[in-house]
Amino acid sequence: MEYVPNIIFAIILIIGIGYFARNVKKLIRNIKLGQDLDVSDDKPQRWKNMSRIALGQSKMVKRPIAGFLHVVVYVGFVIINIEVLEIIIDGVFGTHRIFSKIGSLYGILIGTFEILAILVLVAVILFWLRRNVIKLKRFLSTEMKGWPKSDGNIILYFEVVLMCLFLTMNATDLQFQAMDSGNVISQFIAPWFNGFSESTIHLIERSAWWIHIIGILAFLNYLYFSKHLHILLAFPNTYYGKLTPKGQFPNLEAVTKEVKMMMDPNVDPFAAPPEGAEPEMPAKFGASDVQDLSWVNLLNAYTCTECGRCTSECPANQTGKKLSPRKIMMDTRDRLEEVGKNIDANNGEFKDDGKQLLGDYITNEEIWACTTCNACVEACPVSIDPLNIIMQMRQYLVMEKSAAPMELNNMMTNIENNGAPWPYNQQDRLNWKNE
Amino acid sequence: MSEQLKVPTMAEFMAEGKQPDILFWVGSAGSYDDRAKKITKAFVKILNKAQVNFAVLGTEESSTGDVAKRAGNEFLFQMQALMNIELLNAYDVKRIVTCDPHSFNCLKNEYPNLGGHYDVIHHTQFLKELIDSNKIEIKDSNYKGKRITFHDPCYLGRANSEYDAPRDVLAVLNANMQEMKRSKATALCCGAGGAQMFKEPEKGNMDINEMRTQDALETNPDIIATGCPYCNTMMTDGVKFKEKEADVAVMDIAELIANAQDL
Repeated sequence: MEYVPNIIFAIILIIGIGYFARNVKKLIRNIKLGQDLDVSDDKPQRWKNMSRIALGQSKMVKRPIAGFLHVVVYVGFVIINIEVLEIIIDGVFGTHRIFSKIGSLYGILIGTFEILAILVLVAVILFWLRRNVIKLKRFLSTEMKGWPKSDGNIILYFEVVLMCLFLTMNATDLQFQAMDSGNVISQFIAPWFNGFSESTIHLIERSAWWIHIIGILAFLNYLYFSKHLHILLAFPNTYYGKLTPKGQFPNLEAVTKEVKMMMDPNVDPFAAPPEGAEPEMPAKFGASDVQDLSWVNLLNAYTCTECGRCTSECPANQTGKKLSPRKIMMDTRDRLEEVGKNIDANNGEFKDDGKQLLGDYITNEEIWACTTCNACVEACPVSIDPLNIIMQMRQYLVMEKSAAPMELNNMMTNIENNGAPWPYNQQDRLNWKNE
Repeated sequence: MSEQLKVPTMAEFMAEGKQPDILFWVGSAGSYDDRAKKITKAFVKILNKAQVNFAVLGTEESSTGDVAKRAGNEFLFQMQALMNIELLNAYDVKRIVTCDPHSFNCLKNEYPNLGGHYDVIHHTQFLKELIDSNKIEIKDSNYKGKRITFHDPCYLGRANSEYDAPRDVLAVLNANMQEMKRSKATALCCGAGGAQMFKEPEKGNMDINEMRTQDALETNPDIIATGCPYCNTMMTDGVKFKEKEADVAVMDIAELIANAQDL
């Protein structure tokens, strides 16, 4: 009988981690629905970017208030994992505060956690106020209604509950309080339970301990359904982020092949491809649905935490146009989830649902409002590139659908005919010299 | 004045069996747009004064294809690029300078993958070189004490991380430089990039150039300095819209340097 709690604990742990692993598998499967993209270059620079941007939070602090509060919650999250490790060992082996054996260092560690717990509580309350009372414009955009809004708040409630449980657990741990080391915050909470019998206090301590670890497992599993996935994906996302100058847009290789053929007078355009030749790629120029995008675009979409820094910097958005880079990322993720569910429901194969990302989620108006100024890319704290998706959709509209706005068609015709976006004769190019 | 401009072409150089040190890529705006042509001429005056051994392609130049690419027409872009690369390689061009950050970005970053490898610099970077090597000297700047604010072009700044060269060049004018609240990496776009120059903006509350001009006017400037022909047009329109054209001039850095030297 004495092993019952350990067995229950192990079962809960296995279920919690197992369900999470199942969803991670699905996540990876969905991301791999994207087109292949080689990002194996310049590994040292990539590691540097990851440690600077994700680990070092360098872009978060560009906005000092939100940045500072975020660093507090982030450090709290990272460090408190040591505590979670202790809980897991205690749970599985039936020990109590196994790490306390290391002596005075334990007091320092737990003391730090307790202080961080309070700081996290303060930060989370301020975050909640920013979202719900101060009503920052960033959090009130049209795309932030419904689930994105409640998701943001649920995360904050979760953290409040977890921090309170952690402090309660420490305050009601009589053995720990008797040690009088590391209980820097909980010693002030402990007296609240003075009137209780020892067994009641023990019951509270055990309950807080159990709910705390179950809460952590629940939170872990909540991630997959939430914008909070960024706490994991920010790392690979910054690693795979763009290394080339922001203004450098990739050249489509498939187009190069075709253009070279068009320009080569020796090529017979009607010749059949030689036998055994590689089949002509790709079926489509640009992107209209998530499968046309690269897997990095899709990783970007899952990483987006909907903070809206991109949108608040976007010149089109600031002047009231429909474009919101954040919405582009949210739409991409929503559509990808829809495609993933479709695949799950159809035994691993995607059945055409008559929908696509462009048109059903993102409108042409949004795509054409972008000035390609890179403000959104610059603003993103985790190296997401909404502009890359916008450009692939423009390519689809122009090269597959011939659906550019009329003025742009005129401009392109002028380039074709005169080598300039204006209808002037190429022979007049040097006229300015004598004017 | 203008007949004094010396603008040799690559073809002329080749006919003489010579090679210029640098190709001046004028760009479509610089060749055809009335406002931008003034920037082109101002820059040529500086090149002449500094005795730079340069040439232009003249009637052989064609659109870089940058706007076509930003509009999503990769075919047209690559056709333009491959044609231009063939020409540039035939002339064995090594170094290119241009007053247009869009051409600069496209030639510098997007041509190499198609076989065009050149050392491409923006005219503000080249002006800085000329100043640093004392090829041009500003003694008595007629801009002394004038309030100047510089608007970062997206395709020079954010797109290519060049924020210092234009500011270093402006520093020699002895003017009273004022930064806008949003500058460098957080500068607001003028509204013309990404092929927006050639179409009406989508529906909104206001146009982007109005908002950017407002940013600039908040510094209470005498001059809004630009480093891009499209930014120049957008800011000029913005200043007119705000009915400030009597008080505020919009000028390219090349024009400011040329005027300061009284060329």
